[in-house]
Amino acid sequence: MAILVDTSTRILVQGITGDFGSRHAKASIDYGTQLVAGVTPGKGGQVFEHNGKKVPIFDTVAEAAKETGATVSAIFVPPPFAADAILECHDAGLALAVAITEGIPVNDMIKVKAAMCHSKTRLIGPNCPGVVTPGTGDKSHGGCRIGIAPGYIHKRGKVGVVSRSGTLTYEAVWQLTTRGYGQSTCVGIGGDPVNGTNHLDVLKMFNEDPETEAIIMIGEIGGNAEVEAARWAKDNCKKPIAAFIAGATAPPGRRMGHAGAIIGGAEDTAAAKKRIIAECGIAVAESPADMAETLLTIWKK
Amino acid sequence: MNIHEYQAKQLFDKFGVATPKGIVAATAAEAGAAAREIGGPGLVVKAQIHAGGRGKGTFKNGFKGGVHVIDSAEQAQEIAGKMLGQTLVTHQTGADGKLVSKVLIAKSVDIAKENYFAILFDRATSRHAIIASTEGGMNIEEVAEKTPEKIVKEFIHPTLGLQAYQCRKIAAALNLRGPLLNQAVKLFTALWNLYLKSDCSLVEVNPLAVTKDGQVVALDAKFNFDDNSLYRQKDVAAMRDITEEDPREVAASEYGLNYIGLDGNIACLVNGAGLAMATMDIIKLHGGEPANFLDVGGGASKEQVAAAFKIILGDAKVKGILVNIFGGIMDCAIIAEGIVAASKETGLSLPLVVRLEGNNVEAGKKILATSGLAITSADGLTDAAKKIVAAVGKA
Repeated sequence: MAILVDTSTRILVQGITGDFGSRHAKASIDYGTQLVAGVTPGKGGQVFEHNGKKVPIFDTVAEAAKETGATVSAIFVPPPFAADAILECHDAGLALAVAITEGIPVNDMIKVKAAMCHSKTRLIGPNCPGVVTPGTGDKSHGGCRIGIAPGYIHKRGKVGVVSRSGTLTYEAVWQLTTRGYGQSTCVGIGGDPVNGTNHLDVLKMFNEDPETEAIIMIGEIGGNAEVEAARWAKDNCKKPIAAFIAGATAPPGRRMGHAGAIIGGAEDTAAAKKRIIAECGIAVAESPADMAETLLTIWKK
Repeated sequence: MNIHEYQAKQLFDKFGVATPKGIVAATAAEAGAAAREIGGPGLVVKAQIHAGGRGKGTFKNGFKGGVHVIDSAEQAQEIAGKMLGQTLVTHQTGADGKLVSKVLIAKSVDIAKENYFAILFDRATSRHAIIASTEGGMNIEEVAEKTPEKIVKEFIHPTLGLQAYQCRKIAAALNLRGPLLNQAVKLFTALWNLYLKSDCSLVEVNPLAVTKDGQVVALDAKFNFDDNSLYRQKDVAAMRDITEEDPREVAASEYGLNYIGLDGNIACLVNGAGLAMATMDIIKLHGGEPANFLDVGGGASKEQVAAAFKIILGDAKVKGILVNIFGGIMDCAIIAEGIVAASKETGLSLPLVVRLEGNNVEAGKKILATSGLAITSADGLTDAAKKIVAAVGKA
């Protein structure tokens, strides 16, 4: 199974004619993802072509979903228009909206989050690398790649990966793949303070997913999402979890790249998070180089 | 982004937040004119720098105190003359101090009671919240820890905004009653409008004062703004004073780089914020000290890498550089070319360890190996950290 998306999931791309959107739409097509529609207002009726594949472009998400059966959107729309693009997915009743866009105003996201609190559309991100459910072909070809992650580093398997950070996710995935262990689904939830899906939501999904046997959770300084997830996992998660928390050397009060990565209170520090997470029975990797090894130690003993 | 006290006052005036009258001055003559306009006695001259602790600071010319109470225009002119163009050192500025190029002349008030009032973004609830306390003028973290019952919190609905009854609740909790209650409600509402319409992430009024003549006024305020919203806050963005910021961070932002200077001697250059933090962590784990956080973003260009090298090398403490790139989509060969070009352009003589992973990595490593430069290639994160720590240790 995997979570959120599987290899047959049909996706659309909002902002497919933009620089960023088109580059990654092409990479998803090359990876073998079922990319069936694009949305760019005003360009409906045109066609996005790549390597012989023709993807129809629509003016609205609702039309794209209706005509192509797409249930998931990858959002590459610039920040001033991104909140609107997310709400359009909610309105169209998609199952999943994955917002890659970095730099959406906090006030926009506060309203989006409030509007979507009973939505049937799940939001991942914003400011995230996206979701990958690897395929079973060569270098995981044939998988569902939504967003900006490099597809070829993956391998289909049994480890679920959830992270706020893009490149740190790739690091963990690569550590697993090079050791011969594949992934069920990799979820980048994004580095912003207001996001649609948090660590806890994803842990619950991995816990229910029969294909996922073990989990790597990657977090960083700021907020309490990782701690909240760990406290739930202590009593409820049946599967081994390894964690890494980035930012042990970050000074308080400075935003470390991600808008959400800032030490506000005493429980925001990497040391405090690691301590609480370890108390909840999760294996904590001290070094980012040991994320896969730390998991294998508790999983394959 | 931070703003000056006089700019905060301008925002207060624009949104109708009650605050003592103040005028900014860039010259001693302007300061005198400002004092005449406001009318004494009972005025203050305040040096405008971003750092706190101004009152107890000392100027490098020996003049003591960045905040002075005065009574006449002549005094205003004299004191401003001793502050303007001078460097003020406080416990927050570091030994280098900050150049004072403006002073604020304001009416001083007789305070009967100091309260604390802040609006901030609360990420746990994804809402804005008000935090208020009767313990004004103090460190609010300390109040929260020692006497949490003296702090009241009110969460603001994401679409309805701050309601009048919430303002009354807070005013009552601060014991602002009778004629003070309506003044407080008006001030809180104005402050909320300012906060929301300016895309703030924090407005901290400390103290929120009650004067002896029965006025509720915002005396001093600290502002933070949501960086993501600056594109639609042109007036706020124009308040940025880059002379108050780390010049390296300013230079970095011009190239779309995210740089934060730290105290160590091993510089790092990484793609992605999470991996950049993790790289700092692994340097420390192997006995080194990171000199900076530097995220070149997802699609680092040759120009960005060159700019990043120059910024890193501008820090005299740096004794070695660790480049950690997980290429992913990016072609490692292009990154390698960027590193080689930047090394040559800057005449790099410090140890440089490069860890490349991802797309076309073999070609990238070959470019580094055949560049004729003393670049050490690393396999994996641990190897990279050990090599740079060892190289800097020997230097």
